[in-house]
Amino acid sequence: MSAQPAAADSGPAHGRRFLAGWIVLSAILTPVVAFFVGPAIPPGNGSVEATGQVFDNEVLVAVSTPVCVFVVLFLGYVLVSFRSRTAEIVDGPPLRGDTRIQIAWMIVTGVTVLGLAGFGTYELLQGGAGGGQGPNAAFLPAGHNHALDVQVIGQQWEFTYRYPTFGGLETPHLVLPANTLIRLHVTSLDAVHSFWAYQLGVKADANPGTDNVVYVQTKGARSFDIRCAELCGLWHGYMFDTGQVVDQGRFTAWAKQQQTYFAPVARYLPQYATTYMPDPQRRAG
Amino acid sequence: MSATAVEIRPPVWRRLIGFNAITGVILGIIGYYLGWFLGHHITGKSIAFFADIDQNDLSVLFGYFFGVSGFLIGLGFGVYPWARIRGYPPSLREKETQGASRYFGLCTDHKVVGIQYLIGIGLFFFIGGLNAMLIRVELLRPASQVFPAGQYLTLVGMHGTMMMGMMTSGILGPFANYFVPLMIGARRMAFPRIESLTFWLLMAAGGVLTTTIFFGGFPTGWTGYEPLNSQANTGMDSYLVFFALVGVSMCLLGLNMLATIITMRAPGLTWSRLPIFCWAVVSTSILNLLAAPVLIAVLGMAILDRTAQTTFFNPQGGGSPYLYQNLFWVFGHPEVYILALPGMGIVLELLPVFARKPLWGYRLAVSGLLGVTLLSWLVWQHHLFVSGINSDLRPFYMLSTELISIPTGFTFLCGLMTLWRGQIRFTVPLLFCLAWFFNFLIGGLSGVFLSDVPSDVTTHGSFFSMAHFHYTIMGGLVFAFFAAIYYWSPKMFGYTLNERLGKIHFWVMFISFNSTFAPLFAVGFLGQPRRAVTYAHNLQFLNDWVSVSAFVLGLSMLVFLYNFVYSLLFARIPAPQNPWSSHSLEWQLPSPVPVHNFDRIPVITGDPYDYGNPSPGAIPAAAPAGGSS
Repeated sequence: MSAQPAAADSGPAHGRRFLAGWIVLSAILTPVVAFFVGPAIPPGNGSVEATGQVFDNEVLVAVSTPVCVFVVLFLGYVLVSFRSRTAEIVDGPPLRGDTRIQIAWMIVTGVTVLGLAGFGTYELLQGGAGGGQGPNAAFLPAGHNHALDVQVIGQQWEFTYRYPTFGGLETPHLVLPANTLIRLHVTSLDAVHSFWAYQLGVKADANPGTDNVVYVQTKGARSFDIRCAELCGLWHGYMFDTGQVVDQGRFTAWAKQQQTYFAPVARYLPQYATTYMPDPQRRAG
Repeated sequence: MSATAVEIRPPVWRRLIGFNAITGVILGIIGYYLGWFLGHHITGKSIAFFADIDQNDLSVLFGYFFGVSGFLIGLGFGVYPWARIRGYPPSLREKETQGASRYFGLCTDHKVVGIQYLIGIGLFFFIGGLNAMLIRVELLRPASQVFPAGQYLTLVGMHGTMMMGMMTSGILGPFANYFVPLMIGARRMAFPRIESLTFWLLMAAGGVLTTTIFFGGFPTGWTGYEPLNSQANTGMDSYLVFFALVGVSMCLLGLNMLATIITMRAPGLTWSRLPIFCWAVVSTSILNLLAAPVLIAVLGMAILDRTAQTTFFNPQGGGSPYLYQNLFWVFGHPEVYILALPGMGIVLELLPVFARKPLWGYRLAVSGLLGVTLLSWLVWQHHLFVSGINSDLRPFYMLSTELISIPTGFTFLCGLMTLWRGQIRFTVPLLFCLAWFFNFLIGGLSGVFLSDVPSDVTTHGSFFSMAHFHYTIMGGLVFAFFAAIYYWSPKMFGYTLNERLGKIHFWVMFISFNSTFAPLFAVGFLGQPRRAVTYAHNLQFLNDWVSVSAFVLGLSMLVFLYNFVYSLLFARIPAPQNPWSSHSLEWQLPSPVPVHNFDRIPVITGDPYDYGNPSPGAIPAAAPAGGSS
């Protein structure tokens, strides 16, 4: 029942018809996605870094849209146009490739990929984009010499915070001043945690023995969610909290109040340091 | 059986004695208790003296070591080396045995091993899937409801580890073992006993992981990050031994496949005529062979940290948790391509058959597979984008990760252009292949978000990345797996799976799969971290939606199971020799395939994709009797 191949080039100009459909659909959908869906993608407008991430997401969904339209439209076109309508098995034309299409495909995907990598690198250079950069941060935002230092200490199963500019104050509450560049030093006392300040667009792993630096430029006063984003043992699911960004004056008042409140225990704390060596501990989880 | 050779079969109980799975399990249990006793004898007193704990890792590890050794000896893996030591000549006597018993022991017939893999992997896939259902039951409510936190972590870890470990052989095990020798015109694999060993090692590994529930489970998920790993109970040892055994199995499987494809191709089967599925097997096997040793090494170091108090990963002793993360992902990222590449191979292999066209751009497709193989070694630190290591290298890893979309794009171009102007027949295997394109498209595009550092900061470690890799692995590997089983079951079993049930299975699975994992992208963007037993109240509707969809997805697997059992055991409608009119070599053999595959080794004169060619040249000149399509 070896069948005759169908005529190699019969019927309408499928290629041109498909490309026209793709261009029209992409031209309609890409702006819709870029200007209506893109800005709605989290993490929102809580900090300069978060805003930058939203812009990144906006660009990425805009670039993804024509790609998605291409494949889905192609599959749909193929399903409708090239369905075999005979009961017996008929072979299609023996097309084995087309160098022009292959080269065009390589150029288009190559340019897209290099463009995206270049764009991502450019965005990353703006101060690390809210990701933990380790002790030797490679991407420094403008004015990083005057950033406010705040230390985040992950431990099973909560985060505590130290403020070296306020006498090494340690508190279980994270309060940050508004419109300030902040340098977070994230470290851990036991397992690997990940400090995720969701609305600020900050995520940094807390590794024992490592000072993981993140820069974040806060905007207006607001609250934000804190979660641990790296599996850290039994109560990982309960390691969440709420932080506050408050105005400068309220921040200073709060820090002074906390210093007074924690004064009785402050002298038992270890000296402020970028990392702490915990006691050897096994079987905690 | 001729009348002159009437054989008096011994009674059933007599036939159960010998080297088989039952003996293996018995010796395995004996071995476990022997090792447990030894371990306690060695360290029991010192543990009680130096630490305020009663958990002895060494006894559990010794138990597993002796248990697995006993299991393999009971299966008969010691017989042949012992015979060779005593001077007997080499033979493949295990291949000559017939009957159902050969499925329960060491068998050197690659077709038997393929079916062993199919059933064995299917069993553990079922267990892993059941874990996923339980996870979704727990996540119906924002707070911990059904399972305590520790049990929930064990469920998550079991699901992830079972799937990531066992599914490495999800396609290579059943389908490459069965069909690579048939596709390349060989009578067996290069190392038939090692082939059987890879399967039974995997079964031993699955058993070891399942026993973690007797030791309190493990809290680390499938990544086993240090130092949590060193803190954990003895249940952690099950994870370590499981993955190490899987690593050995993967490594040997890759070695065997490479040796077979390089040395045992039929005359005329040049590299440019090799079926694309075999190319995918070559790419995967290279990754298997080179990545698995890294895994074994890192797990060995973790075992030493837990037992001998070394400090590879402990910062107090000068070690570093980063070392674990780096080594694990040096294995771990090739690992995800070990899962993805065979799926690409299956899809590209099947499309020409159902589009009735040659594979479009064969060389481009091959270079795509090999390009992914190469690039997958250069991207592992994108798993550490927020970990605080090497921040100056991030642009490089961002670039190398995004570069992978170029060779992956080759696969897409070749597959899609194969459909173009075809005479497409919408069979169940083709539907699964088309779904693969859609799923892998979504998986790939979401991967771009994760590779872009600013976007990754929010999505890292959230349900977004979880949805991403389920789209690529479940949407890629598992859909390709089902395409393969619907396509090849006439040759493997001699019966075609019911088409109507197959289509019901496909549509229920495709819709519920997307309904399960697409909302999880939103859930991740909205701030739900992975592996956490609690979540924010405003995410409950999305999570409930996902859970219900996941239950339907689970039901679709039962539709398949019903179809499989019904078609093979009850309906039993004999399939024609070549129901899809494929030009590929394995379909030219009779069903069931004879023990030695080919009476005469065929001479190959073209590639298997010459559809639409008025004078086909690929049909092997020496194919056994039976109409070539």
